[in-house]
Amino acid sequence: MNELVNSYTSGPDEQGRFGLYGGRFVSETLMPLILRLEDEYEKAKTDPSFWDEMHHLWTHYVGRPSPLYFAERLTEHLGGAKVYMKRDELNHTGAHKINNVLGQIILARRMGKTRIIAETGAGQHGVATATVCAKFGLKCVVYMGAHDVERQAPNVFRMKLLGAEVVPVTSGRGTLKDAMNDAMRDWVTNVHDTFYCIGTVAGPHPYPAMVRDFQSIIGKEVREQMTAAEGRLPDTVIAAIGGGSNAMGLFYPFLEDKEVGIIGVEAGGKGVDEKMQHCASLTGGRPGVLHGNRTYLLQDEDGQILEGFSISAGLDYPGIGPEHAWLKDVGRAEYVSVTDLEALEAFQLCCTTEGIIPALEPSHALAHVMKIAPTLPADHIICMNMCGRGDKDIFTVARHLGFDMSGPEGRNVE
Amino acid sequence: MTRIDAKFADLTAQGKKAFVAYVMAGDPDYDRSLEVVKGLPGAGVDIIELGLPFTDPMADGPTIQAAGQRALDAGMTLDRTLALATEFRKTDDTTPIVLMGYYNPIYSCGVDAFLDKAKAAGIDGLIVVDLPPEEDEELCLPAQAAGLNFIRLATPTTDDARLPRVLQNTSGFVYYVSITGITGAAEAQADNVAPEVTRIKSATDLPVIVGFGINSPEKAEGIAAISDGAVVGSAIVSKIASGEPVAEVLSFVKSLSDGAHRA
Repeated sequence: MNELVNSYTSGPDEQGRFGLYGGRFVSETLMPLILRLEDEYEKAKTDPSFWDEMHHLWTHYVGRPSPLYFAERLTEHLGGAKVYMKRDELNHTGAHKINNVLGQIILARRMGKTRIIAETGAGQHGVATATVCAKFGLKCVVYMGAHDVERQAPNVFRMKLLGAEVVPVTSGRGTLKDAMNDAMRDWVTNVHDTFYCIGTVAGPHPYPAMVRDFQSIIGKEVREQMTAAEGRLPDTVIAAIGGGSNAMGLFYPFLEDKEVGIIGVEAGGKGVDEKMQHCASLTGGRPGVLHGNRTYLLQDEDGQILEGFSISAGLDYPGIGPEHAWLKDVGRAEYVSVTDLEALEAFQLCCTTEGIIPALEPSHALAHVMKIAPTLPADHIICMNMCGRGDKDIFTVARHLGFDMSGPEGRNVE
Repeated sequence: MTRIDAKFADLTAQGKKAFVAYVMAGDPDYDRSLEVVKGLPGAGVDIIELGLPFTDPMADGPTIQAAGQRALDAGMTLDRTLALATEFRKTDDTTPIVLMGYYNPIYSCGVDAFLDKAKAAGIDGLIVVDLPPEEDEELCLPAQAAGLNFIRLATPTTDDARLPRVLQNTSGFVYYVSITGITGAAEAQADNVAPEVTRIKSATDLPVIVGFGINSPEKAEGIAAISDGAVVGSAIVSKIASGEPVAEVLSFVKSLSDGAHRA
């Protein structure tokens, strides 16, 4: 299949397809809306004033470019390849999510929309959306699974502080997939004033391509920064994958550089096996149609969607962006999974060797770096995407490590 | 001519509007669902819309979503949904059945295999919410080639420029969604719907049936009066959800069909 592909960056086609994947599987009510969005995005994409505004805000509001950091002690500890981290956790709001949100909100403003809705899992996309809405004075409603509202309480409060309405979603099992269903239900009801700001490279066309384009700033910066630091491109780029937006943002500018290895790391939960207690859609799922696109999904033999399982709320989604599905099939990217326990181990190692508390999502990418770096030569350069900071996760990690945050040691001194 | 075409020819000859009832296959379980479905024609239902359960019904409100979950929890599948239709067909060979649902269970089964099974089960038409005209090659065209009607939804956001695309490759009837929103939420207003039905009818010879937001005999009558018929779903499903005996559910359905048939 590989040799049939002469370009890895020309997708999607006019039907919004990456090979078999992607498309526009939405109800008729939404179809005119996504066609209009596609028109507006196509116009914006080639409008220098759109990108001027993006770059201005990326620089002065988000703090881009984010540093490319040589993780020297981690490299020494692992005793193999040279490990770099793309520090997108240093962005305003603490993750890569805001790169994309800015693009979509600027677009929403150009389209005259006054009400923004979003789904969120870990809360990072919700916080980023609430933040940018506050900045522009837009009404913001965030749908969040009731289960996630519970395990990501700090982010819920952040969103509220920023003036957003947070709607806990109780349908299904109350996680990201259900939040996305309810966001779509809101959109189909409020078609005139509402813009749906999707947080990842999934959903109906043009979302997967549009979100990828906004997140590609990550990979573009890495190209420049790595060239400045090492005089060449990295040998391997690695990122964690839930829906896959931070990974797509890092990977996309390297797709045509065939010498650069690309690895996506899925959340293996308790292990990728027949018990399906994981979120590894690519390594443990099969193609299906959900949330407007065809992609790899966790599903049973009847085509019913299964709930994912992961320690990380941000990776807890039964699907994956369609471009990743295509990159897997054509073999341009490799997809692996790591378990909750491996991610926790990486989380702790990163804290103690680099003084960086990573989010649980990039801890998955780091866990795979820990596996491969020791097997590679010292002149092999790995760049992993540190796509979020771990402040939001300390309660979850404490629980897993048996540390009682309600006890005297963990309690705030008034 | 499918059973749907024959039914509309018959209704037109009688000067009657159509009453379409939606129930979720397997809700609350297979046996009780079959009993309800078997009773629908006797309660005045002209066309049965049989819901295919799906975990993620994005266009449906809480009522139908819960019905799908009950059915799935009770072990309903695509195959069992078709088995229910097969069982119904043993005693009724004229009432059309339209299977309504989402694409993934069908895609998972495989389109060709699904169409064979659906034909064999006596299904007459399909409404697949997440397959707009842009995805016609997935199922719409193969279904029509296999002799099944593919019924499209037209909505308040389907403007004049887009309408021809929606009507093309539609057969059986056109389902006009009366509101922007999900099933069982806002109420349909005949005053708003009438001009839309006129607009669609001026562009097609197919019957135009109106659904979403119709929950009483009066509403059914009002909507049927300005269209070719009315669909009621959530209101019936609510009766099933509240655990009312099948006879009670069917008597409610009868009141709805009487309403639509008065129009």
